[in-house]
Amino acid sequence: MTAVPETLASTEPRETAGELAAFWAVYRENKGAVFGLCVLVVIVFCAIFANVLAPHSPIEQFRDAVRAPPIWAGGTSKFFLGADGLGRDTLSRLIYGARISLFIGLAVMGLSSVIGVALGLAAAYFGGIVDVAISRLTDVIWALPSLVLAVLVIAIIGPSLFNTIIAITIVYMPTYVRLMRASAISELAKEYVTAAKASGVGPLRLMIMTVLPNCLAPYIVQAAIGVSTAILEAAGLGFLGLGAQPPTPEWGAMLADAREFIRSDPWIVTLPGLAIVITVIAINLTGDGLRDALDPKMRRS
Amino acid sequence: MSLLAIRNLSVTFATRHGSFKVVDGVDLNVEPNEVVAIVGESGSGKSVAMLAVMGLLPHTATVTADRLTFEDYDLRRLSDRERRAIIGRDIAMIFQEPMSSLNPCFTAGFQIAEVLRTHLGMDRAARKRRVAELLAEVGITDPERRAHSFPHQLSGGMSQRVMIAMALACRPKLLIADEPTTALDVTVQKQILRLIRALQERHGTSVLFVSHDLGVVAQICDRVSVLYMGKVVEQGGTADILQNPRHPYTRALLAANPRYDRPDTGLEPTPPEVLAALRAEIAAFDAGGSVGEARDG
Repeated sequence: MTAVPETLASTEPRETAGELAAFWAVYRENKGAVFGLCVLVVIVFCAIFANVLAPHSPIEQFRDAVRAPPIWAGGTSKFFLGADGLGRDTLSRLIYGARISLFIGLAVMGLSSVIGVALGLAAAYFGGIVDVAISRLTDVIWALPSLVLAVLVIAIIGPSLFNTIIAITIVYMPTYVRLMRASAISELAKEYVTAAKASGVGPLRLMIMTVLPNCLAPYIVQAAIGVSTAILEAAGLGFLGLGAQPPTPEWGAMLADAREFIRSDPWIVTLPGLAIVITVIAINLTGDGLRDALDPKMRRS
Repeated sequence: MSLLAIRNLSVTFATRHGSFKVVDGVDLNVEPNEVVAIVGESGSGKSVAMLAVMGLLPHTATVTADRLTFEDYDLRRLSDRERRAIIGRDIAMIFQEPMSSLNPCFTAGFQIAEVLRTHLGMDRAARKRRVAELLAEVGITDPERRAHSFPHQLSGGMSQRVMIAMALACRPKLLIADEPTTALDVTVQKQILRLIRALQERHGTSVLFVSHDLGVVAQICDRVSVLYMGKVVEQGGTADILQNPRHPYTRALLAANPRYDRPDTGLEPTPPEVLAALRAEIAAFDAGGSVGEARDG
């Protein structure tokens, strides 16, 4: 929890230029979050415009540039960050890799958020047997080591980029369900929910319009951090050769391919590792800022 | 015909250690354009009885009644959908804690507009106008601007005014007020009571006023029902009950009110032997004997 001064919650309402302006005003207070967001914007930009930005094709092999060093270690400007064991340009692979990693992260986050909200709200609202069934299912999934379970799922449905997303969603979905269930249960007991029921709101609208928005602040942080966890997990699966298949430039697979050169040419293994770390930190910082900015008490509006 | 008629209403909660009867055979009538009070201590079943009328009790509660009607509707037989069409529109409710009764995620205006949208299906512009009218009606200054306030930007009194505006949005025939002034300080309490009374008189709304505070009840209610341990022990006109209480519990409740001329009483915890004597007295009274006999024995 980042402490934000209480004085931000001014008691005097005034007209604002809009919700977005109010949001940004609070978000800006958190310097780390702004930094994270800037880095994230750069990464997203790279991912979107990978085909324009990358100097080479990510899968083209330059026979004369095998394990070429990066420019600061005596390399040429043709291969700015050097080339890997098969002579593929590292910079281009990293830029294209951002596309894959972010896609996996966002897809897993989106899928597990939707499932988590649906199952979590259902468990909280219906209670009884529905709650027991959903909670025990999440317990079972949680009882297994995450990577082992992901490997198991991949073993059943086969390794591919799409299946990686499904496997990671299955592994991380319980966190979302649990979080949503817990906050929905505590919100359901509050008086404003009774007041909403007393004004004749139907159950679906009650859960989605009344309860859900009040559960969102912690959930959004979890979802943001979930993107980074998913990227890490995908890198782990890629490292084991169970994620994106070669020659796809996936960061985890790049680490795996380069580990035999860790002593002779350490930058080949270091650079994709750095890419993973920087992306994950940027996402986590952004998530932190989101939480503060989404709390209605922090708004000046 | 009574607006609200309750005959022999009982509410039982199923717990791990068997069932627990919270409301036990309550009878109550509310006529149109009438303010009726239900008084009783905490845990006497006041709020639970009201929630039973609204159909808002959890599944663990069993509600039985010989009669539970609002106008021509039999509240026991309504489907959830039919019930939702009535509550909020014809029967509205305000609560004890105004600060926590508003959804912290939405502005006051939005929440009032939601009720209008649900029950009256007004368009956006009409809702906006109506919200401002309602806020002005409950005495909020600068209603257009306050409509954009979030609940945490409102004081307790103002939140309760917003709740009242929300409850009165569809011109209900019956307003159930569950201790609406308990969480407010005395000056605000007085303003809110005046407001409820004024709105009641202007629109002819019936009010079912739940309270433990006899001073509050005396100010605005026509009739009083005294609830103790889930049973109505005494009912009648307000002046009659307050000046000439017959049931020992009503007398004890009146005596518990702090008096300005005797500052010591009402602050001391009741000694156990006095409580035991009171219980015996009540039991004897309920068994049909007179209070005098119980005292002699």
